[in-house]
Amino acid sequence: MNTIIEKSNRLDKVFEEKKDHVLSVYFSAGFPGLNDTAVILEYLQEAGADIIEIGIPFSDPIADGPTIQQSNQQSLDNGMSLKLLFSQLQGIRSKIDTPIILMGYVNPVLQYGIEDFCKDCQKVGVDGLILPDLPMQEYMEEYKTLFDQYGLYNIFLITPQTSEQRIKEIDANTNGFIYMVSSASTTGAKSGIATEQIEYFERVKTMQLKNPTMIGFGISNHETFAKACDYASGAIIGSAFIKLLSESTDLKTDINKFIKSIRNND
Amino acid sequence: MTYNVDEKGYYGSFGGAYIPEMLYPNVEELRQQYLKIIEEDSFQEEFNELLSDYVGRPTPLYFAKRLSEKYGAKIFLKREDLNHTGAHKVNNTIGQILLAKRLGKQKIIAETGAGQHGVATATVCALMGMECIVYMGALDMERQQPNVERMRILGTKVVPAHSGNKTLKDATNEAMRHWINHPVDTHYIIGSVVGPHPYPDMVARFQSVISEEMKAQLLEKTGGEDPDYIIACVGGGSNAAGAFYHYLDKKDVKLIAVEAAGKGVDTDESAATTALGNPGVLHGSKTLLMQTEDGQVIEPYSISAGLDYPGIGPVHAHLFESGRAHFYSATDSEAMEAGLLLSKLEGIIPAIESAHALAGLEFIEFKSDDVVVLNLSGRGDKDLGTYIKWGGY
Ligand SMILES: Cc1ncc(COP(=O)(O)O)c(C=O)c1O
Repeated sequence: MNTIIEKSNRLDKVFEEKKDHVLSVYFSAGFPGLNDTAVILEYLQEAGADIIEIGIPFSDPIADGPTIQQSNQQSLDNGMSLKLLFSQLQGIRSKIDTPIILMGYVNPVLQYGIEDFCKDCQKVGVDGLILPDLPMQEYMEEYKTLFDQYGLYNIFLITPQTSEQRIKEIDANTNGFIYMVSSASTTGAKSGIATEQIEYFERVKTMQLKNPTMIGFGISNHETFAKACDYASGAIIGSAFIKLLSESTDLKTDINKFIKSIRNND
Repeated sequence: MTYNVDEKGYYGSFGGAYIPEMLYPNVEELRQQYLKIIEEDSFQEEFNELLSDYVGRPTPLYFAKRLSEKYGAKIFLKREDLNHTGAHKVNNTIGQILLAKRLGKQKIIAETGAGQHGVATATVCALMGMECIVYMGALDMERQQPNVERMRILGTKVVPAHSGNKTLKDATNEAMRHWINHPVDTHYIIGSVVGPHPYPDMVARFQSVISEEMKAQLLEKTGGEDPDYIIACVGGGSNAAGAFYHYLDKKDVKLIAVEAAGKGVDTDESAATTALGNPGVLHGSKTLLMQTEDGQVIEPYSISAGLDYPGIGPVHAHLFESGRAHFYSATDSEAMEAGLLLSKLEGIIPAIESAHALAGLEFIEFKSDDVVVLNLSGRGDKDLGTYIKWGGY
């Protein structure tokens, strides 16, 4: 294990500097316009996002609700590909230092070639990966060594149905943070936070995990963001931001306003 | 070389359970329970009784005399078309609904292509008094209208999938999303040997009744359990998996799988996965998959809704790669002609899926004493519209 590379991961820095209200924002690469990826990254950093997740488009996103399905499809229709994403991210580290996570399904990564993928992630300055359909067993056996070698954190999801033992196992085997899916759902499916979700948040909070937790799915505005932040280091916004992007006529202003409205002086 | 699933859920390098964490508890529960439940005496009793009294098994092994004369071999048809609901699909849905009940699930979801699996699921849900939702591609709902109405008559809600090509792949995506959103009270009855482990193995076990019966029937009719050839069509591959199951380790039995070539493997409109695919991950397992260089799944095409799928079950990917099974593909027109031929020669109108297996007879040079079992997976009632449009009879 290369501890020097691990220490320099931007995700660690974020959670060292900021104990709460960490805001992570997700958008699909190549959306709304094919060449908007890099611009949106810059606007998000300017507006004050702490972490940025870039979605690798995939034709069959089974964990996503209608909003992200559509942005995926539009991005593919725009001509987006993983290869193109890496070229769009070329040189991005001279402009922004916000941690970047690539989030996507495992098939495009497999076709790219795992090692080439890791190499290119490191080259452009990607800090972490979220591959929801990559099982832990496969990760440990086939991917972990490479991810470690290239300084990439693999972030795992947990849900209200994940057993305590499995949460501990995930905590032991990952870095960066743990992605707490707020309820049993696809992305963007529910709004608001219900009592049973609070019980789950509290249950995980008392587990004293080594990794910080971030709550995602169904976080859409200041109210849900603030509520999630009562129980975790921060929260992740996806579908609500995609909706904003699809309606925006002035990305810079609208992104700035959106992030400010989420934070609302927190 | 073993052709069965290993402890980690793989067939050679194919299989596994590539699922988001939201599905993990459900799939893990299934993995831990399925063998235990299936092997219980009370399960076996109920399963066998329903297969016999409700489905009408064993299905006949019929010596097709005129077809045999045409191809110069001894061809037997395994008559899965005579099952209740008209195809092999019901073998699996009976098994899975009994399993779902024992897991304490109250609701059932399923995906369907041709509508045969949807009808078979709707049927067992009516039988067991369980709520049922079936996802079906919007295009398939048009192509297989009678089956849509059948499901509705049986009390099932049919939900159209509007994404992608509006066919089986998209219906499967929607069913998986539904399961993610309803993980606790719902069981997902997958209709083929696809999906995350343990589905491919579980479905193959429920379909293995086909080759179990074949063994006894062949012994009686030919004096030996083993045929020279077993031929089956492959969409996801459940009827083929069931027909091959008890012969996987018998090297002398040649296993022939026929995929749908659509308008031809050298056109953009095909569903011949082994010819056009390479390893990838879709719907929870690593398997052969039709995809672009960027890893986007290619929309397949076949005249047959039940074969219109861009992947195959991991067991078939392994049978293909290891050379244990031989894979052919039949075009729309080869299949339609084979379907019409069987109708004229034997008085049996086959499902267009099964007609692909029949087209496979054209590709093989038989010796006159070769014993061939062709798995006639379903009947053509649902396809009358397509036959009429095709004409030529
Ligand atoms: C009659 C019939 N045969 C074959 C198939 C293909 O499925 P599988 O390859 O799983 O047997 C279908 C699917 O709908 C079908 O209805």
